[in-house]
Amino acid sequence: MKTSEREFKVIGTRPVRHDGIDKVTGRALYGADHSLPGMLHGRVLRSPHAHARILSIDTSRAQAMPGVHAVITGDDLPSVPDRTEALGEGTTNANDLSNNLLAKGKVLYDGHALAAVAATSAHLAEEALDKIEVQYEVLPPVMDVRAAVAEGAPLLHETLRTAGVPESKPSNIAKVIEFARGDLDEGFAAASVIVEREFTTAMVHQGYIEPHNALAKVDADGQITLWCSTQGSFDIRSLCAKVLQIPLSRLKVIPAEIGGGFGGKTTVYLEPLAIRMSQISGRPVHMVMSRNEVLRATGPTSGSVIRLKMGANAHGKIVAADALLDYEAGAFPGSPVLMGAVVIFAPYALENFRIVGRDIVVNRPRTAAYRAPGGTNAAFASETLLDELAEKLAIDPIEIRRRNATCEGVQAPWGPRMQKVGYEELLDAAQSHPHYSAELPPPNGPLVYGRGFAGGGWGNAGLQSSAILSVNNDGTATLVTGSPDIGGSRTSCAMIAAEELGLEAADVRPSVADTDTIGYTDVTGGSRVTMATGLAVFEAAQDVKRQLRERAARMWECPEEGIVFEDGDAIRPNGERLSLAAIAGKAGRTGGPVIGRATVNANRANGPSFAGFLVDVEVDTETGKVGILRGTVFQDAGRAIHPAYVEGQMQGGSVQGIGWGLGEEYIYSNEGKLENASLLDYRIPTALDVPLIEAVIIECPNPAHPLGIRGVGEASIVPPPAAIANAVAAATGKRLPVLPLSPPRVHAALQTGD
Amino acid sequence: MATKNHISTTINGESKEFLCEPRQTLLEVLRDELDLKGVKEGCGTGDCGSCSVMFDKRLACSCLILAVEAEGRTVETVEGMASGETLHPLQRQFLEHAALQCGICTPGFLIAGKALLEKNPDPDEAEIRLALAGNLCRCTGYDKIVRAVQDAAREMRNS
Repeated sequence: MKTSEREFKVIGTRPVRHDGIDKVTGRALYGADHSLPGMLHGRVLRSPHAHARILSIDTSRAQAMPGVHAVITGDDLPSVPDRTEALGEGTTNANDLSNNLLAKGKVLYDGHALAAVAATSAHLAEEALDKIEVQYEVLPPVMDVRAAVAEGAPLLHETLRTAGVPESKPSNIAKVIEFARGDLDEGFAAASVIVEREFTTAMVHQGYIEPHNALAKVDADGQITLWCSTQGSFDIRSLCAKVLQIPLSRLKVIPAEIGGGFGGKTTVYLEPLAIRMSQISGRPVHMVMSRNEVLRATGPTSGSVIRLKMGANAHGKIVAADALLDYEAGAFPGSPVLMGAVVIFAPYALENFRIVGRDIVVNRPRTAAYRAPGGTNAAFASETLLDELAEKLAIDPIEIRRRNATCEGVQAPWGPRMQKVGYEELLDAAQSHPHYSAELPPPNGPLVYGRGFAGGGWGNAGLQSSAILSVNNDGTATLVTGSPDIGGSRTSCAMIAAEELGLEAADVRPSVADTDTIGYTDVTGGSRVTMATGLAVFEAAQDVKRQLRERAARMWECPEEGIVFEDGDAIRPNGERLSLAAIAGKAGRTGGPVIGRATVNANRANGPSFAGFLVDVEVDTETGKVGILRGTVFQDAGRAIHPAYVEGQMQGGSVQGIGWGLGEEYIYSNEGKLENASLLDYRIPTALDVPLIEAVIIECPNPAHPLGIRGVGEASIVPPPAAIANAVAAATGKRLPVLPLSPPRVHAALQTGD
Repeated sequence: MATKNHISTTINGESKEFLCEPRQTLLEVLRDELDLKGVKEGCGTGDCGSCSVMFDKRLACSCLILAVEAEGRTVETVEGMASGETLHPLQRQFLEHAALQCGICTPGFLIAGKALLEKNPDPDEAEIRLALAGNLCRCTGYDKIVRAVQDAAREMRNS
């Protein structure tokens, strides 16, 4: 049945989430909440320098302290291959990963881990850290991409050469990528208007409220159990196994409830250290980061410098676009510049373009994925420059986007042709929304007002998922998946199972299993869980239904042919019905338990999602403070399984985008010390900083997915910084090509001519 | 080695005694000694509100209170909000509104919301936002949290 013709009973409703009561009563167990008898507490010693050679580490005084049971340094981790390979989410160089866990030879950022201690109390472990003596030769730090590519810049890695550039010398540029098509010169020659700017965006952190944690238990036979808050227990298993050089079968990862991740909990920091110290001490080791450590040494996502030139003809059609994206990778290669290059023009049909991206190492933390990794930086450049083109051509800003909007059949800049996507429908919805035509307040003394819009797209990820759906003999069902639930996904998966089996959402008990209990499942990331794990659940339900028809045939002692399963009943051609509960109750006598299973590679079912953000701002021209008066987020969800949690993704992504746009940034001293490593000084939006955010869900079903689902987790973070900058331009007449638009920056810009 | 102090206090309406070191925070003791794991640590510096408790009827970050200060005081945590199987209206409205995603900040928001509604049973949106501004949520964008508090206030006024 085509999804568009189908009427749903459970999908599209808003049941209370299955894990809800545990989470509002404080009973849900997150990573830091687990404990074991005899457990030790681990703490990490971190570098105070941004760039230094380690001359010596003396751990003897720490080792000698009563109550200290393990002290490790980089020498206690095995050597691993120094090459990039498929590992975890995407590709990873295991040697870089190992060096990030515990530095060898050099420390490469303020907060780089050097040693770890496990002791009988956390306070004792901290005292032991103070007893470790490290001699450094401090080196000049390289703090941003401009400095890193300058002639004669200090090198972070003496052996790093530029991938994608033949015969390259050692460099801080780890990789160069390029997408190009058409003829740029011809394109720009046809332009009525050309605009060009250099954009700078700050490094920002995912800002999950729960710090990283790990609890490892190594048994006498070498079998390892690891509890941690992670977006992907199988990825954590792979990464730990690789850096510790152990077989996957020796390690069981049990995902705890997770207190936010946004991409940042897809890699390892503490987990291998806890395992290693448990191996050494023979006791369980629990590790939890402080917030200072989270900010100094985990996450963040890349700051960037983007040079962009775009030309449009008199009708507003973009005729040429030329982009150079320089992304901070942090201390090791691996920025999301490739995804930035994909996103920068994703919403538009372009014929002549060149997108060059450079992955550049700097003396900052190794970057990790952050919600639509690389996309927000890129869209800040393209969506503000497109707005400027619209202004110069006197075309409505949403209209110019419509005239260039990508749609089915358009070849995306990165190669493939688009299937049906909902960007045009989204633009229609934004243009006709009352917000777009509402009156703005008139200027009031120093306060001026403006409205801005920006769009953005995200490709989402397919990847692998597994599901096991067991029918209980009372007619309820139990669903097991391997996708850590970071925002309600276990309920959306249970709703899919319920829909297919004709049950209520509450009749399906969903659980998130450990790596021994369920088949391989990739990370909760790439907006993929409801789409991809949902696909596995959908297929497992088809498997259940096939078995239920077979069992019904046995009960009726008739041929299986012609029996259908609909609305929770098996139905014979003669109209006779057997309910799921009736079949399940007899399962023991018709062949044993009914258990459906499916494993999928969901790449075949993936579909991109587009978002748009409409925002009204108030700019105080005396102080430079930008306030958000009203925000409306539009997004194509394909099919909203649980609309309240879809709205939640859209609202949450929007507010993270507002934080990125207005205030969040890593502030380093000239010596490379992070100066705002607390949640007081790294200021994420509070309830007081934002208004209610209206979420408008667009549903253009994904033609590749049996239920039409697109991922919804990420796209909403992409447009807000650009939309805010466009609104500030509308209010003040100034284009500010820099993030964040914090009061000092806005105030300074308003004092200059530009 | 520090000597441990003996502390007598009232937690969620029950008398409790515990031993603690002078340097231990109330947060540490609630979690590690008294097994009240619903009190979460997000920052340890009083900036995120995840460890919010009522301390002698005042909203406070338990990470900023030394455990020894609990002597003779009353402490209320999220574990004390429901009456048996009956959820507090705030807890129920958070569920109805999908006002939590990951849920790590939720106990702190519930305590802060309860502190507000005990003082002001009919807050407007601005008053709710001000009262919750000491609690950080990174998942929801606050929209559904604010609406949940509004509806809980309405429910409590009508009951």
